[in-house]
Amino acid sequence: MSLVEVADLRVEFGVASAPIVAVDGVDLTIEAGEVVGCVGESGSGKSVTALALMGLVEFPGRVRARRLAFAGRDLMGLSESEHRKLVGKEIAMIFQDPLASLNPCYTVAFQLTETLRIHGTDAERASAKLRRARALELLRQVEIPDAEARLAAFPHQLSGGMAQRVMIAMAIACNPKLLIADEPTTALDVTVQAQVLALLLRLQRERAMALLLITHDLAVVAETAQRVLVMYAGQVVETGPVPRIFDAPRHPYTQALLAALPEHNVGRTRLKAIRGVVPGALDRPRACLLHPRCEYALERCRMERPALEGAETREARCHFPLDPDGRPTRGWAPEGLPCRANG
Amino acid sequence: MIEVEETLEIGLEPIPRVDGPLTEFWRAYAQNRGALLGLSLAAALLLLAIFAGVIAPHSPYEQFREATLTPPAWQAGGDPRFMLGTDPVGRDILSRLIYGTRLSLLIGLISVAISLSLGIVLGMIAGYIRGWTETAIMRLMDVMLALPSLLLAIAVVAILGPGLINAMYAIAIVLLPHYVRLTRAAVIAEAGREYVQSSRIAGAGATRLMFSTILPNCLAPLIVQATLGFSSAILDAAALGFLGLGAQPPTPEWGSMLADALEFIQRASWVVTFPGLAILATVLAFNLMGDGLRDALDPKLKR
Repeated sequence: MSLVEVADLRVEFGVASAPIVAVDGVDLTIEAGEVVGCVGESGSGKSVTALALMGLVEFPGRVRARRLAFAGRDLMGLSESEHRKLVGKEIAMIFQDPLASLNPCYTVAFQLTETLRIHGTDAERASAKLRRARALELLRQVEIPDAEARLAAFPHQLSGGMAQRVMIAMAIACNPKLLIADEPTTALDVTVQAQVLALLLRLQRERAMALLLITHDLAVVAETAQRVLVMYAGQVVETGPVPRIFDAPRHPYTQALLAALPEHNVGRTRLKAIRGVVPGALDRPRACLLHPRCEYALERCRMERPALEGAETREARCHFPLDPDGRPTRGWAPEGLPCRANG
Repeated sequence: MIEVEETLEIGLEPIPRVDGPLTEFWRAYAQNRGALLGLSLAAALLLLAIFAGVIAPHSPYEQFREATLTPPAWQAGGDPRFMLGTDPVGRDILSRLIYGTRLSLLIGLISVAISLSLGIVLGMIAGYIRGWTETAIMRLMDVMLALPSLLLAIAVVAILGPGLINAMYAIAIVLLPHYVRLTRAAVIAEAGREYVQSSRIAGAGATRLMFSTILPNCLAPLIVQATLGFSSAILDAAALGFLGLGAQPPTPEWGSMLADALEFIQRASWVVTFPGLAILATVLAFNLMGDGLRDALDPKLKR
């Protein structure tokens, strides 16, 4: 039994007759203690997937799934208060902008102990002194210097990196089994990014908690995750274990993303970009979602939606998955057009 | 990536001493001279109200039959016993004004307290729950706003019957839509913020989210509106008193003092001048104070 089992998750907004599809048939499993990366452009449905898992998609959003389970318990059938109890204790989440994620009206100590007062152990719930000691210990665990003094600080007195550490401390306060980090380093500067990531991974290893790392930074995923999901326009287009998916991407989108990395463009005057934009609510193709932007798109790609295919751990949603040399397979032949050369 | 961890130990110097929120607030407030004036005036009025029994030279109800309509002490025919003169039945105007302070501040305090607490609850529900609940609450408030405030207050008093307490209720109802709208707007803005979401993820329930997470962040505009509402409550109470719908004689309420003395305005101008000035000074004091509070509490207006 996996820690997280999501099958055919679908999240829609807007009116039922003309829905705006944010997440379209996402399957996701996370094993206990695993680090899973989730990458994709803005608007590809990464964050909404996480929110759906947390049960936080609000009206008018609609969530449907064949299965949505955490630690064997079906989340779809839970009442709101049961859901709240489960989610607050066993799943924790940290957000992109740490300063916005802390309540500006309360001190760090208050916000840390508040969680413990509700979800803590019996002893912690009873004793304020114990809670304070625990809060201090948590701040030390997230490597906040001079933790004692920071307890009395208000969020506006903290730097971004410091605030993100406090957020992490709050998230791990109840020893969650799963930590969802929604672009945890995007709002931080580069050196702090590295520190925060190292901290997240250390805590993940020490506590053997699962980590779902949502990001659009491929380098971050490459360094941290064991498995990665590449999302595009609400669909998973490719999944696979980490070194391999980067060495030999099977989906053209993954290939194009990798080709756009600055590291792969050394010596060029312009970065290689993916032309076009993510399809919006009105121009969502019925066939392969990538075909307007794909280098290899053929007639079939314009007519028929590909399924997520492949071996258990290595799947791609493409009619012509790429071979290890990065060329489309399965009888792909350019349609009269000159094949666009790579580069 | 891992070697970065070692460099963490630097930066161990203690956090610089930052002013507490109160010190910071006071510094911003004290920059505004008008606000300081308003604050001192309001403080003086508060002292007058509390110590009315000690300060006032006479009882507000005592009638000096031999000295009706005595002019103020500095005018010809004035009596040093009655600093600001006496009214048509010989009561000392100064004493009545001093006791009136008590009533006016009480009216302001109670009506603002009622409408503020009711407004916060309604506005919070409207802004947090949204949907048809919000529509129902906000449209009702729109209807109340569409009526001229004094007319609405008169209508409410007509239903409840005249009297000081009912006037307070009426004023509270008139002021209510402002607080509801203000709270709702602030709540909608705050409810979408990430800290609310992270609090929800941590398992906070609706009541906790509304009143413990969101509300403290919405207080600044409400404090300002409450101060400004204080002065309009006093003004409305005086208007109701003047129309005979608020405080009933012989209560020394400023509005009803004006009404009682109206027929003597040609002959004895002091009977209407001083209650009017008292209303003016009080309203001015609270408006200045409210403006100063707004400047000090609104980060957008800070330099």
